Amino acid sequence: MSQSATAAAPGRSPQAPVLWKSQEMADRRKARYAADRRLQMYGLAGIIFALGFLAILLTTLAFTGYKAFVQTTASVEINLAAQDIDRTDIREANWRSIFRDAVRQEFPDLSRAEEREFFKIFTSSAHYLVRDRVLDNPALLDGTTTFHIPLADPLDQFAKGEVNPDLPEDQRRVSNAQLELYEVLDARGMISQPFNWGLFFNADSRFPELAGLAGAISGSFWALLVCFLISFPVGIAAAIYLEEFAPKNRWTDLIEININNLAAVPSVVFGMLGLAVFLGWFGLPRSAPFVGGLVLSLMTLPTLIIVTRASLKSVPMAIREAALGVGASKHEVIFHHVLPLAMPTVMTGTIIGLAQALGETAPLLLIGMNAFITSPPDGIFEASTALPTQIYIWADSPERGFVARTSAAILVLLGFLALMNAIAIFLRQRFERRW
Amino acid sequence: MTGFLLIFLAAAAVIAALVGIRRARRVRDSAAVKTHSRPIYHGLNAAIWTGVPALIFLILWALFKGPIIDMLVLASHPGAEALSESEADLLLSEIRQVAAGTIFKEPTPEVRDAAVHLQFLESLAVWALVAVAAALAAIGAYVGFRVVKTRFRARHSVERSITWFMLFSSLVAILTTAGIVGSLLYEALAFFAKVPIQEFLFGLRWEPQIAIRADQVAGQGAFGMLPVLFGTFVISMLAMAVAIPVGVFSAIYLTEYAGARFRAVVKPLLEILAGIPTIVYGFFAVLTVAPLIRDLGQSIGINASPNSALAAGGVMGVMLIPFISSLSDDAFAAVPRAIREGSFALGATKGETIRKVLLPAALPGIVGGILLALSRAIGETMIVVMAAGLIAKITANPFESVTTVTVQIVTLLIGDSEFDNPKTLAAFALGLVLFIITLGLNLIALRTVRKYREQY
Amino acid sequence: MSDAAVEARLSTQEEERDIKMRARGVSVFYGQKQALFGVDLEIPRHAVMALIGPSGCGKSTFMRCLNRMNDTIDSCRIVGDVTLDAEDIYDPAIDVVELRARVGMVFQKPNPFPKSIYENVAYGPRIHGLVRNRQETDEVVERSLTRAGLFKEVKDRLHEPGTGLSGGQQQRLCIARAIAVSPEVILMDEPCSALDPIATATVEELIHELRENFTIVIVTHSMQQAARVSQRTAMFHLGNLVEEADTDKIFTNPEDPLTQDYITGRFG
Repeated sequence: MSQSATAAAPGRSPQAPVLWKSQEMADRRKARYAADRRLQMYGLAGIIFALGFLAILLTTLAFTGYKAFVQTTASVEINLAAQDIDRTDIREANWRSIFRDAVRQEFPDLSRAEEREFFKIFTSSAHYLVRDRVLDNPALLDGTTTFHIPLADPLDQFAKGEVNPDLPEDQRRVSNAQLELYEVLDARGMISQPFNWGLFFNADSRFPELAGLAGAISGSFWALLVCFLISFPVGIAAAIYLEEFAPKNRWTDLIEININNLAAVPSVVFGMLGLAVFLGWFGLPRSAPFVGGLVLSLMTLPTLIIVTRASLKSVPMAIREAALGVGASKHEVIFHHVLPLAMPTVMTGTIIGLAQALGETAPLLLIGMNAFITSPPDGIFEASTALPTQIYIWADSPERGFVARTSAAILVLLGFLALMNAIAIFLRQRFERRW
Repeated sequence: MTGFLLIFLAAAAVIAALVGIRRARRVRDSAAVKTHSRPIYHGLNAAIWTGVPALIFLILWALFKGPIIDMLVLASHPGAEALSESEADLLLSEIRQVAAGTIFKEPTPEVRDAAVHLQFLESLAVWALVAVAAALAAIGAYVGFRVVKTRFRARHSVERSITWFMLFSSLVAILTTAGIVGSLLYEALAFFAKVPIQEFLFGLRWEPQIAIRADQVAGQGAFGMLPVLFGTFVISMLAMAVAIPVGVFSAIYLTEYAGARFRAVVKPLLEILAGIPTIVYGFFAVLTVAPLIRDLGQSIGINASPNSALAAGGVMGVMLIPFISSLSDDAFAAVPRAIREGSFALGATKGETIRKVLLPAALPGIVGGILLALSRAIGETMIVVMAAGLIAKITANPFESVTTVTVQIVTLLIGDSEFDNPKTLAAFALGLVLFIITLGLNLIALRTVRKYREQY
Repeated sequence: MSDAAVEARLSTQEEERDIKMRARGVSVFYGQKQALFGVDLEIPRHAVMALIGPSGCGKSTFMRCLNRMNDTIDSCRIVGDVTLDAEDIYDPAIDVVELRARVGMVFQKPNPFPKSIYENVAYGPRIHGLVRNRQETDEVVERSLTRAGLFKEVKDRLHEPGTGLSGGQQQRLCIARAIAVSPEVILMDEPCSALDPIATATVEELIHELRENFTIVIVTHSMQQAARVSQRTAMFHLGNLVEEADTDKIFTNPEDPLTQDYITGRFG
């Protein structure tokens, strides 16, 4: 502030009137409105960028993934009655040759080398598929049955248009001989593309055409169950204690800060905790959904406590006072009146917390839930994968077929998440009260 | 086995509750004076006495059975005291394999004896568990029933138990933090016993892969964390460069310009970005974004690495948009209406009000949100594990590949890990660094946000 | 043609009677609810007009029509016209930014921006381009603070936050902020309701001085305040203008029985 201005100020007449109607002012206002519109544009551009990314992400996944929801199969007729199979030991019959003999009938005049190419059209576990079906239903041994055998990944990819037949032969994984044979099979009406139930009911496999999510889905289910059984009661109990019973002192402050901070600790650190403490010190089994659930429950707990406390806080004091007034004990006030009123919000928060836990990957990797396991777990202490870790395994696999499977697995995961969130939103809109 | 025991205990507790209620009713009906507590509380009290001590025993047993049996088995093997930790582990796994019936080489008689001992202990353990749990439940039930009297304050007893459970529950968070700090510190200290701490903190080379081959002459790995930290920094900065402008501008649009209906549709859509698991982003980065950036780099004459920092950072930035956007949204919404009106009444346009009044006023809240997002970026794992590189390099070129703290932790710990080689332990040292950095950022951010909230 | 003639005539008329703003048949609706019923009111130049009446009578709503602050409320709808120097302020050609610069406003609760005292006052002149350099800004800030009677108290801490001042000082800061853009009219919405008696006296003193150069409209709950500071008084009740006259007349010899009851404290 200049010295002269200070001296001149008191009692000074007002400054010259502003010429609002002048051209200068009009131009200035125009520029100001333009700046306003620019800011608005930036905001809109930001939103369009974010939503555009979301749209591209989802469509890319849908486009790469939808083909994994069908599986190319060939129908193969096998006359099992004509085979000499020991009924008391079906498992040990020579299923490989039974299968090969059956398909050989389609092309009886192939040379040995051509035949080798031909067999490679089918999944290499074809004879096990035949065997397992017969084991389930021994009556098949008495007649001729049509089996739908999945084609091997390269042919499956070709059938789905993912392999360009115009490429030189050495640059694709399907040989010319296989292509010709495939065309013949197709012409004979043996090729079909039914819905790929195997994606949901098969366990993992090295062969993309057989790999499914059964193990991962049940692993995730068990882990989430453990997570829920631990975090739900403990979270609610902790929230009630901190909100209703705990004295306000340094200790409870510390617990509060600690909970807020835990909610923001990187998930990989929880994985390291699980690895060092649960696996290392307590010797719990590696890759087990139980340990996964334990780690996930520790991660979900802070969020759950924060949500529950907020919803307890929102129940009006008047309700507590009314219940205390008719002679209820403090515990009775909380368990009979306050908690039931807070419950819808708590449930919503729990489901959203579980949905987050379902998508967590890093901590599960560290406790070994990325193992290659070919059967679904029987219980919470069996080694297993989970949905996100299965995605990780498949994303890392080199076969072409796993790209589509990975996207399909992601779509399945997103489907589960959407379902859980929809339930949460439904609960919120149906039951939540506003005070 | 444990599952059956749990179900058994639950059933026992329910039965105890029912019996307790019935007894209490009888006492109430026959007594001349009024009973202190309602029958349900006597029942609950009996159930707690029956179930809880046995349950606690079960949990402790599950946690400590393994180590105790291992100790006993090792003690039975002559000469085991002289073995180092890793040798003892090896011996133990051999004994276990023998006991399980899978034998790769002919076991020594001592090992065979130890295996037999192990089998004996295992079966003993199962029976001991069942016996002790049943005994505890029975004793508990007896105590629970005996106290059913008119004067007994069952409600107080039940409520006390519940309070104890709640108190314990609220301590779980503390225990978790203690567990994190304890395990990270313990393993990190073991690491610093092998690799000097100053080399870890200030070293410029990170080559942990070499350290596996301890028998080689040149087998000394390099454990300088600076290049790893630098890579983390580069990727986080790229992520923030995407997330901050997009997040803040979209929050501005949503709170100040958008109509109610637009907001009601777009805000949940934006939140979807936050709900997508990070592994999905990682896969998308590898599948679509990285090739795109490679092509883009080629078209402007830059040779982009297939796992460029830009792909990982950019995708991570998108993941953080809703985070920054919703925290900024809150911050703008917290600025009182009176301040907006004050600005409008002076003839300011909306844009001027936002830029010159609201933004400065909301800045602490926004900065808090940005710090929280930065802490997330630093700790984010799956996107970088899939899309970033493995080789530690100090470069600020976003088209090159860098590695991050979390990537190294995961690669070092994935698969079978032994707790005695520097490679595994290095991961814990990195974990400690990660924990400290994110803790610092979180505390500052939470404090900033809280102060901001108090201001209005 | 004839429109222009009418305009010209009106404007000469208004100059004769020295009318700064004029409201004709102003009604305000919030959604379905009507808050103001066809108010006609003339606001004389370089005078203080007080709007009085019980809570919820529509006096604040009416005042917010004068600088179109009601535009910021989505559900609000206004019919009738308001003129400023014979110019319709609801004409689409009128720029609301310019209008609000010419018709400033001071709010019920002091609402300084969370910035320094200096920045609070400099904000208006800067956005409207009334100052070109630092020196001019300094001058405007000092002049405005001086006229608001605040300069002496704050000259050593111009760069400290405006929110750190006392309530009365904050309100005078808001007045300084409003006059820094050289408005022609200043609207004051119960400017003293959040202040203690001493601060109120200071602000009233200030209103008295500002009258020389500005047209002032003040909404107040306090009869005494209306009597002390204003020359004209308008009495509102249930969204209607009940009576409007010289302040002396309203307080000594009101025509309407409602006004009489209100002034004598029988309701309100």
